[in-house]
Amino acid sequence: MYVVIVGAGKVGWNLARELIQKNHEVTLVESDSQRYAVVEEELEHRVQYGDGTELWVLERAGIERADLVIAVTGDDEDNILISQVAREKYGVDRIVARCNNPRNLQHFELLGIKPAVSATDLILRLIEHEVPKYGLVHLLDLPQERLEIIELEVSQGAPGAGKKVRELGLPDGSLVISILRDGAGFVPAGESVVQAGDEVLVVLDVGLEARVTERFTGHSEAA
Amino acid sequence: MFVLIVGSGRVGSAIAKQMLAEGHEVSVLDEDPEAIALLNRDQTETWEEIGGRFTVGTALEIDALLEAGIEQADAFVASTDGDNTNLVIAQIARRRFNVERVVVRVLDPYRAKWYAEQGLQTVCPTQTAIELLEAAVRGQIKFEGVAG
Repeated sequence: MYVVIVGAGKVGWNLARELIQKNHEVTLVESDSQRYAVVEEELEHRVQYGDGTELWVLERAGIERADLVIAVTGDDEDNILISQVAREKYGVDRIVARCNNPRNLQHFELLGIKPAVSATDLILRLIEHEVPKYGLVHLLDLPQERLEIIELEVSQGAPGAGKKVRELGLPDGSLVISILRDGAGFVPAGESVVQAGDEVLVVLDVGLEARVTERFTGHSEAA
Repeated sequence: MFVLIVGSGRVGSAIAKQMLAEGHEVSVLDEDPEAIALLNRDQTETWEEIGGRFTVGTALEIDALLEAGIEQADAFVASTDGDNTNLVIAQIARRRFNVERVVVRVLDPYRAKWYAEQGLQTVCPTQTAIELLEAAVRGQIKFEGVAG
């Protein structure tokens, strides 16, 4: 696979290393001459000096034959622009963009740039995972597919506690895909019993969150 | 007409003053609180005294755009010193806020050309300078005394 990475900061440089190690062909583009000089000592011809939002710089990096473009500069507007021209001008199929300020995620979405990866957002999710509020964590949202996967802790005395999976009374369009108990997880069958203190992973259609939460916590407050 | 101008440098502030003088409602957004100095320059009354609006904020922040009145804007000028910033906020103005007339200043002729092909109204001062200079070299522009 041929990968063009724009931005040789910590993220870009390490991504380049990993991808090269996995035998992919990589070109990294960096606009800061000092940073370029440092990275060039290790990556040599695989890093190019230039502003990756200039079309000729992208063309010199071979964007036209890239299978994947990764925009990981420190500027969200630059990452948006690189992603936009990569996809719409050069016909690159796969693009990954870094969103530095989570408040800019809406702009990536507005302009159809996905996936946009926000480190702040990822860390926030990890914190939520460790310190769940209302016992519910969003693990994965697939807005295009209109699906989400959530994690819930089963409360003492909740309607679903002590019941078999098939008797939980979950709405259509939701499914328990895993039960985590005592540090281990299993994929439940209809006869599996959900206990208070279990963590359950549920895949569900968008909009069913409140009804699903109610079965496992007794209240329908969504996080 | 209500005009929102983002980026109050030499270009943005000059357009702002001209539009206000022509009787339009004008709001200016800039991340630098000192940028208002350019709007007040060579004026006897301050920008706000003569009815101009000035908001301090970053163009990518939706709250700043809202405070500057983007929802009421009939025209939007993206004239910050960053081509990429201008291209992104112009698309936000058009796609998210449906501003009728969106004009973008883009210094790089290649980016200006490609985004113009995608339907953005770009103005490229570099391209304009190239064309004027070429015409001047060919003798197609008559030189009249000292240029301002």
